[in-house]
Amino acid sequence: MIVDNYDVIVIGGGHAGCEAGLAAARLGLKTIIFTLSVDNIAFMPCNPHIGGSSKGHLVREIDALGGEMGKNIDKTYLQSKMLNKSKGPAIHSLRAQADKLEYSKSMRMILQAQKNLTVKQAEIEELLYDDISTDKDLIEEGYEKKISGVKTVTGLIYKSKAVVLCTGTYLKSRCLCGESISYTGPNGLQPSNLLSQSLIDGGVELRRFKTGTPARMDGNTIDYSKMEIQTGDTPVVPFSFDTNPDDIQKGQHYCYLTYTNEKTHEIIRNNIDRSPIYAGIIEGIGPRYCPSIEDKVVKFPDKIRHQVFIEPEGTHTNEMYVDGMSSSMPEDVQIQMYRSVPGLENCVIVKNAYAIEYDCLCSGQLYPTLEIKKIRGLFSAGQFNGSSGYEEAAAQGLFAGINACMQILGKPYLSIDRSEGYIGVLVDDIVTKDNLEPYRMMTSRAEYRLLLRQDNADIRLRKKGYEVGLISEEKYKALLLKEELIKNETERLKELKVGASKDVQDFMDRLDSPRLKTAASIAELICRPELNYYNIAELDPERPKLSKDVIEQVEINIKYEGYIERQQRQVDKFKKMENKKIPADIDYNDVISLRLEARANLKKFKPVNVGQASRISGVNPADISVLLVYLENYRKNSNH
Amino acid sequence: MFFKEDTICAIATAMIDAGIGIIRISGEEALSIASKLYVDTKGNHSLLNKDSHTISYGFIVDENENKVDEVMISLMKAPRSYTKEDVVEINSHGGRLIMESILNLLIKNGCRLAEPGEFTKRAFLNGRIDLTRAEAVMDLIHAQNEFSMKNSERQLGGILFNKIEDIRKEIIYEMAYIESAIDDPENYDLTGYDERLKVKNEDWISRLNYLINTSEEGIIRKEGIKTVIIGKPNAGKSSLLNKLAGEEKAIVTDIEGTTRDIIEETIRLDDIVLRVLDTAGIRDTDDKVEKIGVERAVQSAQSADLILYIIDSTDDEISDDERISELIKNNHVIVLLNKNDISDRISILENDIHNIYGDNIPVIKTSMVDDTGIEDLKKIITDMFFNGNIIPKEEIYITNIRQKEALLNTCDSLKKVQSSIEASMSEDFYSIDLMNAYSFLGEIIGQEVDDDLVEEIFSKFCMGK
Repeated sequence: MIVDNYDVIVIGGGHAGCEAGLAAARLGLKTIIFTLSVDNIAFMPCNPHIGGSSKGHLVREIDALGGEMGKNIDKTYLQSKMLNKSKGPAIHSLRAQADKLEYSKSMRMILQAQKNLTVKQAEIEELLYDDISTDKDLIEEGYEKKISGVKTVTGLIYKSKAVVLCTGTYLKSRCLCGESISYTGPNGLQPSNLLSQSLIDGGVELRRFKTGTPARMDGNTIDYSKMEIQTGDTPVVPFSFDTNPDDIQKGQHYCYLTYTNEKTHEIIRNNIDRSPIYAGIIEGIGPRYCPSIEDKVVKFPDKIRHQVFIEPEGTHTNEMYVDGMSSSMPEDVQIQMYRSVPGLENCVIVKNAYAIEYDCLCSGQLYPTLEIKKIRGLFSAGQFNGSSGYEEAAAQGLFAGINACMQILGKPYLSIDRSEGYIGVLVDDIVTKDNLEPYRMMTSRAEYRLLLRQDNADIRLRKKGYEVGLISEEKYKALLLKEELIKNETERLKELKVGASKDVQDFMDRLDSPRLKTAASIAELICRPELNYYNIAELDPERPKLSKDVIEQVEINIKYEGYIERQQRQVDKFKKMENKKIPADIDYNDVISLRLEARANLKKFKPVNVGQASRISGVNPADISVLLVYLENYRKNSNH
Repeated sequence: MFFKEDTICAIATAMIDAGIGIIRISGEEALSIASKLYVDTKGNHSLLNKDSHTISYGFIVDENENKVDEVMISLMKAPRSYTKEDVVEINSHGGRLIMESILNLLIKNGCRLAEPGEFTKRAFLNGRIDLTRAEAVMDLIHAQNEFSMKNSERQLGGILFNKIEDIRKEIIYEMAYIESAIDDPENYDLTGYDERLKVKNEDWISRLNYLINTSEEGIIRKEGIKTVIIGKPNAGKSSLLNKLAGEEKAIVTDIEGTTRDIIEETIRLDDIVLRVLDTAGIRDTDDKVEKIGVERAVQSAQSADLILYIIDSTDDEISDDERISELIKNNHVIVLLNKNDISDRISILENDIHNIYGDNIPVIKTSMVDDTGIEDLKKIITDMFFNGNIIPKEEIYITNIRQKEALLNTCDSLKKVQSSIEASMSEDFYSIDLMNAYSFLGEIIGQEVDDDLVEEIFSKFCMGK
C-alpha cells in the first residue's frame, strides 16, 4: 500500500539523519525521517561531548553551511573549553560536554517544529527501485537503478525521489561484553535486521565494522578527591556563528582526570584472552585512533599510565562516563580493572562497557556527492559510510542531504575540496580511500590546516551554504561585511607607521619588546611574539571599534602571514591537479602502463580528476605520471 | 589501444667499425619480425619457440635465405624488458655495412627506425622508469661530453635517488611525529622536540648543500663553461675565438645570438666544453648601436664562469674602464697580452697587469698570428677546472637545473623551519615548510608528481606525436 509521496526519505534519526532531514526540509523539499525510536533522536550512545581536536572544526563548518549541531550544543552544553590554546591557531579546537538527554530532547523538538519535515517511528525493511532500462542518460552516467522509495516492516510503501541512508551502528548490530553477546543496537536499543539484505540485493557491498564504549559509573560511588578537577573556559566561546556569546554563559560542570596504573594494566594483560577481540570473536574492525584500553595496554607496553577522564552524562542522571577506558572485557574483569584506578576504588558500574559490531558500506561505492554509484538517488552518510563519531556523521548527513536536494532540484552539487574544509577532507577520504577501520577525523588528515581553522569556518564556507540555500541573504551579507572589515583593518594596520620616538621606545621597554631601530608599521609590531592587537592599543589610539571575531582574523592574518601565504601556494598546486579532469568515458585498460593494482582501483573508485586519482589507495606517483601522459595524449588527439 | 605502438629498431652501439655491434628491436612484432630473419644452425626459423631471457646462436638471413651475418640473439619478452615491450637484441659482427644491412632487412619487414631516445620514451611511457631516470636518459642523449654522460649514468643507477630518498624518509618521520603528537598528545611528547628537530634540520641542510655545491660544477660541465671574451675593440677577441674554434671545427656549432653583437661557439677542450662568447669591445662610445653592444657585453660577462680579457700589449696604457675592473674583481679571469709577435712595440708587461689586478691573476702572452700561448691558454683553462677537483668515481652530481632548483627550494624551506624554531613558533607551524621540503625532494626523484615536469618531458620525448 502506498501511503505517501515524499521528495526525500531519511533512514535514521541520529546525528547524520537529523542534519540530512533538516537540510532537505529547509530547502523546501517534503521530507520524512524514519527512526527506530523517536525517543532517541540525536542520541549520544558513546562519549558525552561534542567537538574536540578537528571534530570541533567539523561542527563549526556544519554551522557555517547552515547545519544544526553547533546551535544545539550551544543550548545544551555542561562545560566548554577551547583545546590546544598553547599551540597555533590551526589546532585550537572547541569541545563541549553535552547534557545528553537535553541534547536529544532539543534536537527532537527542532525536527518536530521544522516545516516540511515529518518524523516517523518505523523500521525500514526494503529499498524500492524504478526500472531505468529505457533511460539512456542514467545508464550512460553509470547508474544501474533508480531509487523510488522504501517499504516498512509493517508493509507500507513510501515513495520518494531520493533516500539518504543514515543507519549508524544499527544494521544487524550485536553488542559484546566479554563472552556475552546480545543482538541489539547501542544501549540495548532495537537493531535493524532486515535492511542489510535489501541493500545487498540492490548490489551494494557491505562489511562489518566494530566500535566500543566504556562503562558508565554511579557518580555517588566515585571519590573525586583523588582526581584532578577539569574546568571549562570563562567566558565560553559558542560553536555556532549565530549564537550570541552573552546568551550562553552559565555555571559549568566539572570533569575529572585520573590515570590507569601498572595494576590496571596487569589485570588487563592477565585477562587478555577473554577480550573478544583478542579471542577472535569480533569480526568487525575497530578504530585504531579510538582504541580500547586493552588495545592501549597491548600497543604501548612501556607506558606506565593512561589518562582517564570522568565526564558527566547529563543533569538527568548521576552517571559518569569513563573516557579513555572503552573495553569489551567481561564484566568481572571490567569491575576489577576500573576499581584499580584512583578514585574508582569503590565504583559501581551502572552500564557495562561493550563493543558493538554493525554492517556498513565497503569503500569505493560512493561518488564525491555521497551518492551510491550504482543507484541514482540513494545517498548515504555517517557510520554507514564507515566513519566514526557524531561530528563526522553530522557533517556527512548535512552534505549528503544537501546533495540529494541538489539532485532533485537540478542544481549544482555541493562540493568542498580538501583545501576548503575538514568536511572536504572527510568526504574525500571516505570516497577515495580503502578505509579498513572506522574513519575518525583527525587534525593530521588535513594537509592545509593553517587555512582550515575553526575560527574562519564562516569565511570559508558560508558562501557555499548561501548558494545551496541554507544560509539566509541577511547572514550572508553580514559575512561579506565582516570580510570587508577584516580586509580594511588589516590594510590600515599595515600602513599605519609609528616612529622610534622616546614615547614609543618607553612603551616597547614596558612590554619587554626590543626597541625600534626605524619606524615600523603596527602590523610589523603585531608580528612580534610578545605583542598583539590589544596590548599595543596605546600606539594606535584612533583604531576603529571592531568586534572580537574581526580582530581575531586581523591578528591571525598579520601574525602568520608568511605561513598562510606558503600554505596558499601549496593549495594552488593542489588545485592544479584537482582541475585536471578525467573524462568519464576513460577506459583504464587503454592506459597499458598502469600497474595492476592501480588499474583495478582506478576502475573501482572512478576518480573525477587527477588529484583525486592520486589519493586512491594503491595508486602511486608513477601511475599518476602515466595517467597524466595518457591524458595529455588523449587531449591532443581529441583536439585533432 | 592507445599506447600500443609500432615496432622500432635501431643500432644500439656506436656506428663505427667495432668488433661487435648490437641492434635492438622493441614492440609487439619484435619477435615475429626477428624470427623471419633468424635461422638456427639447422636452418629453422625457430625464434618464436624460445623462452624469454635466453640467448640463441644462429644467422641472419635475407629474403632469399642468404646468410648475412653470424649472430647471437637475446630475447626479452614483455613486460620483463627495458621498454616493457617484447625486445630482441641482435649481436652482430659490428661492421658498419653489415649492421646497416641487418637494419634495412628489419625495416623492410615492418620495423621503423627509432627516433633518438625512443626506447627510453617507451620505458617511461610504460612506467618502467620514473621521471628522474627518464630525465637522466634525456640528459644522456643530449650529453655533450664524457663527464655528463658518466653522471647521467650514475643518476640512472639511482645514487641520486637514494641520497634524496634518505633525507626524505627522515623528514617524513619527523612530520609524522609532529602530527601524531598533535592528535595524540598523551602518547607523543613534544617537550624539547624543537631542539631535537633543529639538530636534524641542520644536518639535512648541510647534506643538501653538499649536493647543491656539486651542481655548480655539474651544470658548468654539462652545459659548457660560459667563457666570455672581453677587451677593447681590435684587441684580438674575434681572432682568439676563431683560433679556439678553428681547431675543433668538426664539433663546433655556430649559434648566432639574438643580437648581432654576441657570437657564441661551443668548443671542446679534452673533457670539458666551453661556450665561448665573443662580445663587442668595451669602451665609452657615443654611437648608439655600439653602446647597446657594449652594455650587452658587460651583462654577458657578469654571468660568465670564465672571462678571457684580451689586452693589446702594444697599447700605450691599460684601460681604466671601471666596468672592466669590476668584472675582473668578481670573476675567474685569464688575461691575454696579445699581439706578442710585434715585439718591438710591446709596452704593456705582465707586471703591469699584476700591479693593477693582483698577483694571482693568470697572464699569458699570446699571438694570434703565430699561435703563441694558445696551448698555454688551453692548459690553464683545463687546470682551473680540474686541479684540486678530483672527482671520486661514485660521487653524484646534480647536473640538471630543474633538480638544482628543487634542491635550493628544499633548503629554503628547511631554513624556514629553522627560523620557525628560533622564533619559538609551535610545532604545527613547522609542518608547512617540512611538507614543502618533502615535496620538493619528491619532485627530484619522481615521487611527487610535478605536472610541469610531466609536460616538459612529454614535450621533449613525444615531439611530433
